[in-house]
Amino acid sequence: MATVVLESLRKSFGKTEVIHGVSIDVEDGEFIVIVGPSGCGKSTLLRMVAGLETVTSGSVAIGDRVVNDVEPMDRDISMVFQNYALYPHMSVFDNIAYGLKIAKLPRAEIAERVKNAAEILQLGPYLDRKPRELSGGQRQRVAMGRSIVRKPAVFLFDEPLSNLDAKLRVQMRLEIKSLQRRLGVTALYVTHDQVEAMTLADRMIVMNSGVTEQIGKPLDVYASPKTAFVAGFIGSPPTNFLESDPTQRVLPASCRLGIRPEHIRVVDPEQGVCVGTVVFSEPLGAETLVHLRLLDGQSLTLRQDGLLRVPGENELIGVAWNRSDEMIFSADGKRAFREEEDNKGSPDT
Amino acid sequence: MADTGGMVENRGIQRWLTHMGLMIGVAFIFFPIWLAFVASTVEQQEIVRPPMPLLPGDQFVDNYARALTAGVNAPVMRMLFNSAIMALGIAFGKIAISLLSAFAIVYFRFPGRHLFFWLIFLTLMLPVEVRIVPTYEVVARFGMLNSYPGLILPLVASATATFLFRQFFLTVPDELAEAARVDGARPMRFFIDILLPMSRTNIAALFVILFIYGWNQYLWPLLITTDPSMNTVVMGIKQMFPSGDDTADWPVIMATALLAMLPPVVIVIAMQRLFIRGLVDSEK
Ligand SMILES: Nc1ncnc2c1ncn2[C@@H]1O[C@H](COP(=O)(O)OP(=O)(O)OP(=O)(O)O)[C@@H](O)[C@H]1O
Ligand SMILES: [Mg+2]
Repeated sequence: MATVVLESLRKSFGKTEVIHGVSIDVEDGEFIVIVGPSGCGKSTLLRMVAGLETVTSGSVAIGDRVVNDVEPMDRDISMVFQNYALYPHMSVFDNIAYGLKIAKLPRAEIAERVKNAAEILQLGPYLDRKPRELSGGQRQRVAMGRSIVRKPAVFLFDEPLSNLDAKLRVQMRLEIKSLQRRLGVTALYVTHDQVEAMTLADRMIVMNSGVTEQIGKPLDVYASPKTAFVAGFIGSPPTNFLESDPTQRVLPASCRLGIRPEHIRVVDPEQGVCVGTVVFSEPLGAETLVHLRLLDGQSLTLRQDGLLRVPGENELIGVAWNRSDEMIFSADGKRAFREEEDNKGSPDT
Repeated sequence: MADTGGMVENRGIQRWLTHMGLMIGVAFIFFPIWLAFVASTVEQQEIVRPPMPLLPGDQFVDNYARALTAGVNAPVMRMLFNSAIMALGIAFGKIAISLLSAFAIVYFRFPGRHLFFWLIFLTLMLPVEVRIVPTYEVVARFGMLNSYPGLILPLVASATATFLFRQFFLTVPDELAEAARVDGARPMRFFIDILLPMSRTNIAALFVILFIYGWNQYLWPLLITTDPSMNTVVMGIKQMFPSGDDTADWPVIMATALLAMLPPVVIVIAMQRLFIRGLVDSEK
């Protein structure tokens, strides 16, 4: 229930700068996911919004108020930590109620709010237990409960699901999303899991070594990555990068051609844009990943429907793709365009 | 069944032997205490005349009552009370000071943090016995001879407990402090609501150790309490020995010795239960 505006935010630890000027406008009620590889500064960025880390330069504004020098408790935020950070000696009830007790809310209201939160999160039967008597998923819910009872303007999540097993992760992902929708609270969510990012985000921010590479709707980011890093990071398996165009056409100097595995089709060798030998295939049921070595030695991964024939090892096959699916990246990693290319696939969305 | 029988028997014998060994050991350690107990229940003449009795006599109530109310120099009741004040003062004082200083060292970044840390570390090398002369001088000048503060304060300042708590606080995840901060807890609130309850097993363990440490102090009370009514019981026993040719009142001395042993035993047994509960409950 508030906007969050980061303006050319920088952070240095000692002499090393780890966040190099990040600017983001988060709208009221938006679910923003910050995604990037380990060590790129996601947590640091989030912690600056929370007030747990000081701001070296730039500003953080929550709901039109610059909060650079405001204590975390007065920022109207709540945070869910990766390891949940539940108070081990307190019952679930006390864990959820602690913030309210400090805020000196009347007992009746505390009980009421905790009850509501417990109901939403199905924690009713566990209110008297200690955190260690709960499963990972339940602990996760308690951490969520602790953050929703305070009715903050902004939810902050730092990889809240990374300690859960794959199945629970999917389930909690849905719960977090529906909870955020129901409460209409602005959320900033950090993860290194691109599936989480794609499914949760209204808009996602792809970060790489302290800078934002791209901000946009998940599908837009997927469809038209602005940089080679984004193209390689979003999508699984990652985009193929070819140094030289195997289709015999000439690439602009020192540019790379990116093509997503799912955009490549297997065809007869003589009909293909190029040909290659199969190094190995990975049939995954619904889909099959085929790893190829092209004639000029470059490798290429393609992804095809699981119902199609799985090419055998060392088989010579042809591959083809639509030119509109090609992405050209210049040497500095930025997206470049061929002259003849129409605007389809332009990254400016 | 039949073929395992031998093994079971074998193990039975082994267990028997181990237990025998342990019982002999216990008897060996316990014998002097038993002798002291016997001596505290008979009359003076029976002790000095050999052979020493090995079975308790009928003077139990009489001897103990005499020790508690009259003693030799001061009533043992009074000395037990002094010891209790001193031991509790040292235990609580040390725990309070070390908790707070460990909290400061671990959670706050203040100028001279490392310096203070090393200063505290240095005090480890300076037990009372080493600094006894200057400490005596200081206490005397403050007019704290023959007083409880004089007994307690010089022994409160030491670093062992600070280290223990520092080590423990370092294992508490940072996120806990951060979560509390987001929840709105100021530092002292975090300390009281979260850190203290989490350290309770450590506190209990330290309390036992420090209580016994304080209770068993000998040299320091001997030095600074000249007034018999300020004597602690452990040093008081020594003071009961007669000087010159006087006859020692052995039954009363032995009764005092046993009474002096009792509180530490009670504390250990009482806190042991808390210990075990703490261990079963252990967090993190
Ligand atoms: N307190 C600190 N002191 C010095 N450097 C730090 C500190 N905290 C983080 N860094 C550095 O800042 C960079 C970003 O760290 P950060 O924790 O934000 O990464 P992250 O994107 O959250 O990674 P992960 O996905 O592994 O959690 C890292 O290179 C890290 O070494
Ligand atoms: Mg992180």
